[in-house]
Amino acid sequence: MEHYNMNLTLKVWKQSNSREPGAFETYPVQNISSEMSFLEMFDVLNEQLIRDGKDPIAFDHDCREGICGTCSMYINGKAHGPWEKNTTCQLHMRAFKDGDTIVVEPWRAAAFPVIKDLMVDRSAFDRIMQAGGYISVNTGNAVDANSLPIDKKDADLSFMAASCIGCGACVAACKNSSAMLFVSAKVSQLALLPQGEPERESRVLNMVAQMDKEGFGNCTNTYACEAECPKGISVSNIARMNREYLKAGLSAD
Amino acid sequence: MDLKSKIPDGPMHEKWTDYKGHVKLVNPANKRKLEIIVVGTGLAGASAAAALGELGYKVKTFCFQDSPRRAHSIAAQGGINAAKNYQNDGDSVFRLFYDTVKGGDYRAREANVHRLAEVSAAIIDHCVAQGVPFAREYGGLLSNRSFGGTQVQRTFYAAGQTGQQLLLGAYSALERQVALGNVTQYSRHEMLDVVMIDGKARGIIARDLVNGKLERHFGHAVLLCTGGYGNVFYLSTNAMGSNVTAAWKAHKKGAFFGNPCFTQIHPTCIPVSGDHQSKLTLMSESLRNDGRIWVPKQKDDSRKAIDIPEAERDYYLERRYPAFGNLVPRDVASRAAKERCDEGYGVGTTKMAVYLDFADAIKRYGKIEVGKQGLDNANEAAIIRMGKAVVEEKYGNLFEMYEKITGENPYEMPMRIYPAVHYTMGGLWVDYELQTTVPGLYALGEANFSDHGANRLGASALMQGLADGYFVIPYTLGNYLADDIRTASIPTNHPAFDEAEVKVQQRIEILMSIQGKQTVESFHKRLGKIMWDKCGMARNEKGLKEAIEEIRQLRREFWSDVKIPGKISEMNPELDKAGRVADFIELGELMCIDALNRNESCGGHFREESQTEEGEAKRDDENFSYVSSWAYRGESNWELIKEPLNFEIVKPTQRSYK
Ligand SMILES: Cc1cc2nc3c(=O)[nH]c(=O)nc-3n(C[C@H](O)[C@H](O)[C@H](O)COP(=O)(O)OP(=O)(O)OC[C@H]3O[C@@H](n4cnc5c(N)ncnc54)[C@H](O)[C@@H]3O)c2cc1C
Ligand code: SF4
Ligand code: FES
Repeated sequence: MEHYNMNLTLKVWKQSNSREPGAFETYPVQNISSEMSFLEMFDVLNEQLIRDGKDPIAFDHDCREGICGTCSMYINGKAHGPWEKNTTCQLHMRAFKDGDTIVVEPWRAAAFPVIKDLMVDRSAFDRIMQAGGYISVNTGNAVDANSLPIDKKDADLSFMAASCIGCGACVAACKNSSAMLFVSAKVSQLALLPQGEPERESRVLNMVAQMDKEGFGNCTNTYACEAECPKGISVSNIARMNREYLKAGLSAD
Repeated sequence: MDLKSKIPDGPMHEKWTDYKGHVKLVNPANKRKLEIIVVGTGLAGASAAAALGELGYKVKTFCFQDSPRRAHSIAAQGGINAAKNYQNDGDSVFRLFYDTVKGGDYRAREANVHRLAEVSAAIIDHCVAQGVPFAREYGGLLSNRSFGGTQVQRTFYAAGQTGQQLLLGAYSALERQVALGNVTQYSRHEMLDVVMIDGKARGIIARDLVNGKLERHFGHAVLLCTGGYGNVFYLSTNAMGSNVTAAWKAHKKGAFFGNPCFTQIHPTCIPVSGDHQSKLTLMSESLRNDGRIWVPKQKDDSRKAIDIPEAERDYYLERRYPAFGNLVPRDVASRAAKERCDEGYGVGTTKMAVYLDFADAIKRYGKIEVGKQGLDNANEAAIIRMGKAVVEEKYGNLFEMYEKITGENPYEMPMRIYPAVHYTMGGLWVDYELQTTVPGLYALGEANFSDHGANRLGASALMQGLADGYFVIPYTLGNYLADDIRTASIPTNHPAFDEAEVKVQQRIEILMSIQGKQTVESFHKRLGKIMWDKCGMARNEKGLKEAIEEIRQLRREFWSDVKIPGKISEMNPELDKAGRVADFIELGELMCIDALNRNESCGGHFREESQTEEGEAKRDDENFSYVSSWAYRGESNWELIKEPLNFEIVKPTQRSYK
């Protein structure tokens, strides 16, 4: 792989806190190596800003390997940037070329208020989980793990749904700020497993109710969520959740 | 001063059962009145908080990430061990116990390790009941894979995302307790001190990272589940935020630090590509099942890997360790890679890398596939195509991750890898009950020093974190709290809280007032370089003494020239980082002091003075069969207190992999 260096112009959203309005600021950055990750490019810029006595850009990140779901930048109009099935932290600078202008914004959604610059508050996802994203089993009650064989097909589908990293890109990508992909991934994971059976109906009803309460929008089937989800969570989970919801609603009546 | 490890009497396999049978209990009405602080929401913290909430205690959890689900445990790839013997291949509690003590190079406490092996099976049962989607076979039963240092298949996994699935299981149990009102969770909060009242841990000072405000929280007991400190080296496979601050504050309040120099350097990580590098990425140990490690036989060979003929390649692990080959334990593989690169045989632009080559595996699997499908006269290209498909099924997500980072296709050319800091076996010293030397202060998971001795086996950190949280602390904590049922909650206007908060406040103000010229990051990088060069894969007396001096100098420079932007009363990640780096600098000094004291080689700790003629690590049981437990006695001043290790069951022998 040929390496190259580039000079770029960054337009980044700056906002001091949730109460004050924000605005774009423009930053030139020089000598960025194509081998750097996107966040390392931000590290370089921030070091420069600090040395110059300016305010560095606040952004969320932790694992930097695409699994914790912390990083969350909306880059050139796409959640997590131009690469498919990719998180911001795994995006590398070889995706860009010398002279490019890159626009970076936070996730935008009423349910995700900006904390500072590119950081948002995603605690709504925790509260949706509290509404039912679990199986009620206390420690020490379990039977032997192999006493409950599970069809490999279901187990694999359940695992695929469970690989959601809770990043919120689906919400950011959706013009309605719907959280359906995230919620349906958790509902599906548990609905596909026999362990999830006892609370199957209350789970979907309660999680959806909490989702609505948090102010996420409705799903109008545009599938932008799936396209920008870094883990390739399938919209078939949304269809499954809709079926679960309907069934649960009918039997609740 | 004597350390009381509180190991129960009786035969090894009865100790834990016997302990549980006689331990003091707290009745349900009293549990409701007892408050517990759990700092950290990784596997150890989330499982502990959930289990204690289920019992009816009033729990508060803290984490610095924006959600408990993002704790660093989420990144674990390979798997979790358990003595289930589902494969009928001779596994047992005893074997898991034995492998772990031996793998740790005889520097762990036998009784703790035995308990870990005993509870391991229940962890898998509980996780499955929670809905953790482990990998399964076609018959619907759980699948296992093998990991280094063992001869049985006891590792349970969920593709390359085992930590994620286990943590989401524990997190969901935790969120359920939040919904039930038993647990209150505080995210984007950082614990900055332990509050001591009458010699006991009674609470913490935490900082709300969003608005910078300090908060006081009371607890009848405090549990630190704050992870490892590998980031003292700046570059490691740990998440960016992983840090030692919580453990370090506890250390300064009287908790001893156990074996601080025991660090695990993992042999297969993506190498450093330049000065901009912020972290290193692990390539799972499972790759060594099929990948062959080599360097060119000729120094400074600048040919492409595929242009170097077979006869001019040095498969140095296979050459040096014919019996184990590419599957020697982590510490051995790491040192061998360093040796080759130091001698000038490294590859890639930096020359600090070796090849991990899948070409043979691709051919081998391709031939098997061809055979299975009865395609006797398949050509070379077809064999390779089929072989690649098999390799993709096994390791696809890792290959993809490698390609995203390096831009190179590992199916076509060998991976370049190099060892990187990965895990810290050292940590807060705890007794059998996981209590530190401070009454009421406990340490769980990677934050404690307990079960892995001088080298951790793959897939056993996840096991330990969940064992500590789900199955150990619910019993041992009760034993302490049973005597505390008459202690009413202490109001946080108690003078001890005042004093602790003022100290924390002052330190933050001093940090902000320095306004020097150098960034926090630049100090962290310099510390990392000292640690890596002189307290990394190979250590010697001269280097360690130099490192201690350099670190002291670095500390003085930090406190007079660090530059932190922004304000205290706002979200200020640079300020958060400054506090952590300041603590890392102090820890670095202690690690070097510990490494200097331990003039033997064991597990991940290699003292150049203590090696065999062939350059292998040489343990010195006569002089060093103890846990080094360090008491803080003031700035740059520590006292060593030894906990002797007695091996009743697994008698120490020199490890050999030849
Ligand atoms: C890349 C990678 C892969 C791995 N793969 C495996 C594997 O396959 N198998 C295996 O067994 N092990 C593996 N390990 C090791 C294992 O993942 C860790 O040892 C384990 O997850 C640590 O769990 P923990 O609960 O102790 O700490 P962590 O998961 O690190 O959690 C620490 C918690 O403490 C909080 N915290 C820290 N300091 C503070 C503070 N001051 N205030 C408030 N909160 C604080 C954090 O917010 C976090 O919630 C791997 C490690 C790495 C780096
Ligand atoms: S569904 Fe995809 S985009 Fe949405 S939170 Fe999960 S991983 Fe992120
Ligand atoms: S930082 Fe963890 S997913 Fe990007």
